[in-house]
Amino acid sequence: MVETSNKAAPLPPTGEAFFKIDQVTKRFGDVTAVDNIELDIAKGEIFALLGSSGCGKSTLLRMLAGFETPSSGRVFLAGEDITDLPPYERPINMMFQSYALFPHLTVFDNIAFGLRRDKMDKPAVDQRVEQMLDLVQLKPYAKRKPHQLSGGQQQRVALARSLAKSPKMLLLDEPLAALDKKLRERTQLELVSILRKVGVTCVMVTHDQEEAMTMADRIAVMREGRFLQLGTPSEIYEHPQTRFVADFIGNVNLFEGRLVTDEPDHCEVRCDDGLFHIGHGIAGTLGMELNVALRPEKILLDAGHQTHPHNAVRGVISARSYMGSYTVYEMLLPTQRRLRVTVSNADRHADPFDVGTAVTASWAATSPVVIVD
Amino acid sequence: MADLVPSAPDKRPAKLFNWGRLAVIGSPQLWLIAFLLAPFFVLLKISLSESNALGIGFDPIISYVNDSLQFKLRFSAYIALVRDNLYILTYLSSLWYAFLTTVLCLAIGYPFSYFLARSNPNVRSALLMLVMLPFWTSFLIRIYAWKNLLDVNGLINQFLMWAGIIHTPLRMMFTEFSFMIGMVYGYIPFMILPLYATLVKLDTRMLEAAADLGATPLKTFWLVTIPLSRSGIIAGSLLVFIPAVGEYVIPELLAGPSTLNIGRVMWNEFFLNLDWQRASAVAIVMIILILGPIAVFNKYQTKALEAAR
Repeated sequence: MVETSNKAAPLPPTGEAFFKIDQVTKRFGDVTAVDNIELDIAKGEIFALLGSSGCGKSTLLRMLAGFETPSSGRVFLAGEDITDLPPYERPINMMFQSYALFPHLTVFDNIAFGLRRDKMDKPAVDQRVEQMLDLVQLKPYAKRKPHQLSGGQQQRVALARSLAKSPKMLLLDEPLAALDKKLRERTQLELVSILRKVGVTCVMVTHDQEEAMTMADRIAVMREGRFLQLGTPSEIYEHPQTRFVADFIGNVNLFEGRLVTDEPDHCEVRCDDGLFHIGHGIAGTLGMELNVALRPEKILLDAGHQTHPHNAVRGVISARSYMGSYTVYEMLLPTQRRLRVTVSNADRHADPFDVGTAVTASWAATSPVVIVD
Repeated sequence: MADLVPSAPDKRPAKLFNWGRLAVIGSPQLWLIAFLLAPFFVLLKISLSESNALGIGFDPIISYVNDSLQFKLRFSAYIALVRDNLYILTYLSSLWYAFLTTVLCLAIGYPFSYFLARSNPNVRSALLMLVMLPFWTSFLIRIYAWKNLLDVNGLINQFLMWAGIIHTPLRMMFTEFSFMIGMVYGYIPFMILPLYATLVKLDTRMLEAAADLGATPLKTFWLVTIPLSRSGIIAGSLLVFIPAVGEYVIPELLAGPSTLNIGRVMWNEFFLNLDWQRASAVAIVMIILILGPIAVFNKYQTKALEAAR
């Protein structure tokens, strides 16, 4: 997960939040889809709700748009309580999943739809639509119908339509899910640069962790209607607080063990596979059971002697898959645990480890993170 | 390279006819030729021919007499239709009542179809069944049933008088009112079914998108729901309008004698006046009048089918 250069510094909410979700709960019968969510979003921030299907992220987004009413709790935008406003009176627009473009209207009329509802006069509408067409580079397509456009072009029409009214907040529902992988990667950056240029505050919903990481300033990982963890992409990746988050975002090796040393600047965990030194304290109780999470790319493989005195395990390569830019190895440890290691293919002529080779895997004390949950 | 090309269809000897396919595609065509196209030409021929000397048949249009090939087309039946403005008024009246029936069916059928399409799927099939249920009883019996309801001594008058709302029975039978009740009753399923079929497919996210962009529910209905259900509106309207123009049974049983109706005129010409030439001409002109709407219908059906692919 590489941080992209066009990402602004994360904006911690200060003082009166621009957008505030206050103890919002949504129940459908016996099912609690959204469970007492609290969230402050700063002006201009791009915020991602990340989770697998059924985690409540879409229900939360629909409550922000006004399509669902919270069972309890309030929603504030720029200091104003908008909880009871119908969707057509909210200064919020949404880019729908698979776009929901009006099939009977041209690209121009799709973008103009919201402006015309505001009783804007014709020259002003025309000017604003032209401006939006410029922004998404679709000027030659103004007279086409949506079905005459490619998926990527439809996505841009949907974006232009949702930005045309200069909403105070933009909601994005799985904005790139309908595109194929290659186009999606390119569009992520394009979309973020447009959103930054416009400076609109965004809440997006996605099940794709990579999309959330590349686009958002902050991410909330959701599960069963609650936020499991909320933070910047690197906080969530490097300091997952739960096994679920560690596993959901990227790949991770988890070791169960017991805390044997706990100092402010380091701790030691006794696992079946050895004694692990970890470069941070956890303020726990000695002997408590916990997990050590270790990302595959933070492990070094070595055919010879171990390079670190403590954080090292020996084993045998049991599987290998070459991915081009990196290679994924699976290592079988003496305890029958399997360890996942990724090695960057920096050198074209590097000698890869064959299956069956005995190797040492080692890592720095600053690489692993302790998860207490 | 040869084995890379899918060769299975090519290896079979090319058949001149695929009999199975021909039978499947051909049998409805044969049916239409035998029972629609052929009778049409019979009518056309009768409408243009002279009665024969015996008065019980018709002279041929093409004959070979005295070494000469003769074509004889008699237009007097058609000229009579134009000369007597009763026919013209009857056509106009039939078109008007068919139009009125269509508008009423649309006004009643659209909201019904809309709520049907939005209803809980569990009750939806039951509601849809209620639309179809009348088809299980003979059409004639159902129209007669209306007579029982609307008559001077009918159930409705009896109820209203019992309830003290009226003191003298209302005259409802053999009026435009009873006629339109019968027409709307008889044709409304043909409006509801195509409307329901398009409205049930309507993507509700379109309605949400419209609301999100600031359209009130009423605006959303006009700007999104109606345009997106246009194919259903057109299909339903034509399915009602086309047969309603030539309807015979309902006006015969429910409309007053002064209501001009082309179906009844046709029946009279055939079976009372026994003027088969004129009756045929009346029928042919009616078919030509309806061809326009049918062409529109076909165009939209084809378009809708192509859009669905």
